[in-house]
Amino acid sequence: MKLHLKSGRLIDPAKEKDTVVDLLIVDGKIERIGKSLAADRSYEAIDLKNKVVAPGFIDMHVHLREPGYEHKETIRTGCASAAAGGFTAVCCMPNTNPAIDEESVARYVQEEGRQVTGGLVDVYPIAAATKGRKGEELSPMAELSKAGAVGFSDDGSPISNAEIMRRIFEYSSMYGIPVIQHAEELTMTKNAYMNEGFVATRLGIPGIPPIAEELMIQRDIILLRYIPKSKYHVAHVSTAGSVECVRRAKAEKLNITCEVTPHHFTLTDDAVASFDTNLKINPPLRTKDDVKAIKEALRDGTIDVIVTDHAPHTIDEKEVEFAQAPFGIVGLETALGLAVTELVNKKFLTLSQLIEKFSVNPRRILSLPVINIQEGEAANLTVFDPEKEWVVDIQAFKSKSKNSPFHGRKLKGKAVGTVNNGKSWFEM
Amino acid sequence: MKLQSRHLLGLEGVPEQDITLILDTAASFKEVLERPIKKVPPLQGKTIVNLFFESSTRTRISFELAERRLSADVVNFTAQGSSVSKGETLKDTARNIEAMKIDMVVVRHAASGAPHFLTHVVKANVINAGDGAHEHPTQALLDMMTLREKFGKLEGLRVCIVGDITHSRVARSNIYGLMTMGAKVSVCGPATLIPKNIEELGVRVYHNLEKVVTEVDALNVLRIQLERQKSGLFPSLREYRRFFGVTKEKVDRAPKPITIMHPGPINRDVELSADLADGPHSVILEQVTNGEAVRMAVLYLLGTSN
Repeated sequence: MKLHLKSGRLIDPAKEKDTVVDLLIVDGKIERIGKSLAADRSYEAIDLKNKVVAPGFIDMHVHLREPGYEHKETIRTGCASAAAGGFTAVCCMPNTNPAIDEESVARYVQEEGRQVTGGLVDVYPIAAATKGRKGEELSPMAELSKAGAVGFSDDGSPISNAEIMRRIFEYSSMYGIPVIQHAEELTMTKNAYMNEGFVATRLGIPGIPPIAEELMIQRDIILLRYIPKSKYHVAHVSTAGSVECVRRAKAEKLNITCEVTPHHFTLTDDAVASFDTNLKINPPLRTKDDVKAIKEALRDGTIDVIVTDHAPHTIDEKEVEFAQAPFGIVGLETALGLAVTELVNKKFLTLSQLIEKFSVNPRRILSLPVINIQEGEAANLTVFDPEKEWVVDIQAFKSKSKNSPFHGRKLKGKAVGTVNNGKSWFEM
Repeated sequence: MKLQSRHLLGLEGVPEQDITLILDTAASFKEVLERPIKKVPPLQGKTIVNLFFESSTRTRISFELAERRLSADVVNFTAQGSSVSKGETLKDTARNIEAMKIDMVVVRHAASGAPHFLTHVVKANVINAGDGAHEHPTQALLDMMTLREKFGKLEGLRVCIVGDITHSRVARSNIYGLMTMGAKVSVCGPATLIPKNIEELGVRVYHNLEKVVTEVDALNVLRIQLERQKSGLFPSLREYRRFFGVTKEKVDRAPKPITIMHPGPINRDVELSADLADGPHSVILEQVTNGEAVRMAVLYLLGTSN
């Protein structure tokens, strides 16, 4: 593999770099970086004029569904979807069957990822925090971290029991691995399936109150204050109140970080009036005020990471009554477009800040090696065209599932290639 | 004259002229119901299926009679002992029935939005006979017809819906319909059974029935479900009856008689005292009769517009 990436706009937030350069990549390594480099014909020349070259994106919240739910997605199709969306790494959530709550499953997902992508997409497991994600007994966290787990979470379900959460904080702190909480006070959300508020009242749908999320975050912050060595990461924040909880805890210098999905900064619960089950998501779509607060929190750095919460479900599973449909939507192939369209083009984030939230920050939170875009370093790159206009077509998705509410939406910004572990793809 | 939509999914967003058209049409069908031969031919050759995924007696019978009186062919489907109990999805059930050449579907379902979903999977006209806690448009239409008969008009009429508003599709459809027709709508019930932000629909919220009776022309009393007590929404039926039960004693404080409505079935002496239910100001049985006329009107208007 020999690539000559010509005239790309290299943006590396870690080095505060933003310049137009050529890169020569040989067998997965960056051989040279410089202005208008000459290269012989053995290099495949790729013209990246007006394209952005960034450190490889990672989506730290993905449901790959394998093992156990291969009819929805496999590691192969999920990684293909990730690559197409511009990601060079994904973290897979442990709500598989069996759950990722022991070494062998953690090793399996990584190995399968290497096998099926050849290294184009790294798969990092987030292991269950409790056995079987039941919230009762600690998972073997030491073994799991040795087997490559980069985070602990019972995602899909919260860690409800305060005593168990405390012990998870303590135990995981020995290894510096973050605890990722799906914050939901379940006693308040039974049989509820959209945001509680005016729209739910109109539709007669039992509501998930915003405070169900905020209560749990606030409880966890109190635990974190008590066990300050642990690392706490809030999954998919969705409310103005949640964002405010995190902002205050950060001001206290607690080890707290959080993430948001593109749908939570793009859509509101108004859309649910169509009863489209692709708008049934947990946490649910919230109000205009929540979206506004989330965008502000992205701008001021309260929200560290953009994730997809990619949650594939088959058409048959979703084509049912709203009450019966499973929660979740796919997101790997629309995340970048939505983020550029909603955040960069609407002046909430610069391109450099966008790259921080897709690459630098999640890698820091998960203690993954820093991507150095320097001569002699391994090439782990995401290349995207921030000006490219395109229309979302679910039939073109590489993901096995098509459950996206964004079908037909016009977006600006699309990945045009990635490079990782000596593998690459480009499509202008 | 035609309705704007080819389905009746709810009253939210249905324009005033459509509601008036339905009520006027219902008034002429009511005359048919007074005749010795209560059958007219407009839906001859049309096939209607009543898809009832939730148990119902009066609504199903009312629809079925309305359909037969319009000379339609009628098929009844209930979830018990059907393909649904064998795990068939709503989509498959509906598509299979439609493959048998059905023109209209009347659907009752426990999930809000199920009739909307059906409009995406079948070509037939869909009429909502009650979906979850969302809407029950023909019930609200029959309530409005009854009020219009009694008071001559709906504009300016003061109507309070009493009881479990949160779980009530009757409440929502009445609010949408009555507001469109210019009535002044309020709701009254325990704070735990009033859904969040309902004021934004333009209704007033009361928790004190004694106060309400001095300010309204009609009370629409909802059935209270005992299950709500178990999920912690009110303490006991005794307490509910005492504070939110509509009784003669409370209603007698009103400066003038209040018209009493109830969508049925009544828990006698729980949400509504028996003497009021059977009293001179009760229009509960008129509601039932008007239900048939309204359903005939809706079926006729939708079934003959294709």
